[in-house]
Amino acid sequence: MANLKELSQREVKFTAGHRACAGCLPAVALRQVTLSVNYPCVVGFATGCMEVVSTIFPYTAWKVPYIHVAFENVAAVMSGVESAYKALKKKGKIDEEIKIIAFGGDGGTYDIGFQALSGMAERGHDVLYICYNNEAYMNTGIQRSSATPFAAQTSTTPVGAVEFGKKQFPKDLTQIMAAHGIPYVAQASVHNWKDLNMKVEKALSIKGPKFINILAPCTLGWRYPAEKGIEIAKLAVETCVWPLYEVENGKYKINYKPREKKPVVEWLKLQGRFSHLFKPENQHLIDEIQKEVDRRWTRLLELAGA
Amino acid sequence: MKVKALTGNEAVAEAMRQINPDVVAAYPITPQTELMHKFTEFVADGLVDTEMILVESEHSALSATVGASAAGARAMTATSSQGLALMWEILYIAAGLRLPIVMAVINRALSAPINIHGDHSDTMGARDSGWIQIFSENSQEAYDNTIIAVRIAEHPEILLPVMVTMDGFIISHTMERVEVLDDEVVKSFIGEYNPKYKLLDVKNPVTFGPLDLQDYYFEHKRAQAEAMENAYKLIREIDEEYYKISGRKYAYVEPYEIDDAETVLISLGSTAGTIKDVVDELRLRGMKVGALKIRVYRPFPRDEVKEYLSNASVVGVMDRSIAFGSVCGPVCLDVKAVLQGTKMANLPVVNYIYGLGGRDISPKDIEKIFFELEKVKITGEVPNLPRYVGVRGEEDYVGEKKGFKIKN
Repeated sequence: MANLKELSQREVKFTAGHRACAGCLPAVALRQVTLSVNYPCVVGFATGCMEVVSTIFPYTAWKVPYIHVAFENVAAVMSGVESAYKALKKKGKIDEEIKIIAFGGDGGTYDIGFQALSGMAERGHDVLYICYNNEAYMNTGIQRSSATPFAAQTSTTPVGAVEFGKKQFPKDLTQIMAAHGIPYVAQASVHNWKDLNMKVEKALSIKGPKFINILAPCTLGWRYPAEKGIEIAKLAVETCVWPLYEVENGKYKINYKPREKKPVVEWLKLQGRFSHLFKPENQHLIDEIQKEVDRRWTRLLELAGA
Repeated sequence: MKVKALTGNEAVAEAMRQINPDVVAAYPITPQTELMHKFTEFVADGLVDTEMILVESEHSALSATVGASAAGARAMTATSSQGLALMWEILYIAAGLRLPIVMAVINRALSAPINIHGDHSDTMGARDSGWIQIFSENSQEAYDNTIIAVRIAEHPEILLPVMVTMDGFIISHTMERVEVLDDEVVKSFIGEYNPKYKLLDVKNPVTFGPLDLQDYYFEHKRAQAEAMENAYKLIREIDEEYYKISGRKYAYVEPYEIDDAETVLISLGSTAGTIKDVVDELRLRGMKVGALKIRVYRPFPRDEVKEYLSNASVVGVMDRSIAFGSVCGPVCLDVKAVLQGTKMANLPVVNYIYGLGGRDISPKDIEKIFFELEKVKITGEVPNLPRYVGVRGEEDYVGEKKGFKIKN
């Protein structure tokens, strides 16, 4: 595993000068992931924030080969790139080892790109798929996705006289990917670079499809001051809203168990998208969230035999 | 050269075996299925080096083909109907990214109502998507066009994807005599694929598919239109080269008995064969009729169509699809457009919509169309709207019941 000094000395693949917002944590996630890739690589992107901010023609923030095709198909596109790599390697046209990496936001991964992702996993392509999860369609203006938390306010789940925000709990995509039986699935958070670096390095050492789901808060969509993002990401882990864990060949491992699990309200109260929950009549919604977080955490502990 | 008995699907599979693409991605849809059955047999027997990706949808089939092509591989796919419809979004992207993909489209009707048989509704909807479109009359042409398409797509001054089509079931499932070139001849004709830019050239990184806003998008689209113009200029050279290795001469259009023809019937695909037979028959009866088959539909062969219609007195255009809400079918629109502004602007053009959902078109139907066109020539009464051939409930449908009555 690379230490911080080594990482800081590596050649940058995703450069500064892109047009992400101040305090954008998906951009930090990209930087951390790409620094952890100590191989030649080809990067593919689903349509989304990071695609838009990094490649406004005639500029590009990518110092490695990059392709964007559409919103829902990055897993299929990179299946094609990986197959081309195998074919050209077999013919002796390529000799170096090249890693194939797909990136999608939660919209491009949980929702519209889910079929292509499932197909890529089932077919066993040697691709690392990274989901930078900011829990809504931030690129198009903060609409709800299936990764958006229960009761969160978004542009399409506004809080009104009779509505309290999103009515559903988020899809547990990490578990769904684990159920594909692929060799490596992990959940990471942008605040813990060391854990994320370990996971990317481990994933790239394994042949076959790999999936890492990274929680990457969005200052605009979650509505918090730009400098609070890392603290909020950390609190998601401390409250067990977003546990850090791996599933390696079906074996679960929880990478971080908070000594004292914090109440979910600690995470909620820093974010404007949950501000309506703090009206006294909405206390029951916070209780529901806590109940669901506890249920999922207990289930994870069981799966990990911990 | 070998002579084989092959269906249209088998003929394209045979061409693909000889092309030996690096990557093929496909999803099953009738009537394309048999093509992929045959091709995956070649894969299973080690007769090709292809990495086969059996994807979970046509959207992913074309997406994976796009990825493979951008990566630097020669990549192909095939589909029909709803499959092509599901690929729609990526059709435009494949063309916009200037990727030389070759795709066989086994023409089939579009839902609803669901129907698995041949018509041109699928390909016609994609006619302005930036793909070159080549229609095949029979299995031989489907085979030849597939091989030629690789060279067209990969020409450095074209770099556009190519659709090679054939009529579903009518050609795809009909066994015919096909002359197959030797493997080595095909291999040397298509050459090695070595694109200038490729994702897997990690030492020379390139960004494919960036965000392109008001300041550059238009220039890129203009350049894409230029590539299509280049295709219009260059396809003839590639056809000529193919003639040298095969003895089969192809052009953008195929005229038949057209030199002194006063009545000309234009068509695409398998129907052209039936029309040629009817032309022979009517010529024996002393009628000055001829036919024009359009092989390269995109880019549209504007000069050739003008040239071959220059002696005509009346023209019929066969459309195997409906352009709903338009003034006529898509092929007819193109024909009328090229006649505009020429001395042929007043040439009577009658549009015939036929064969939807695989409805048979018989020599008798075509004979009736010729008779009706003769009548138009004499009376000068030209129907404004398309005529529907061989469809129930069409009160004065061509030639039936009310004879040659023309309804304006």
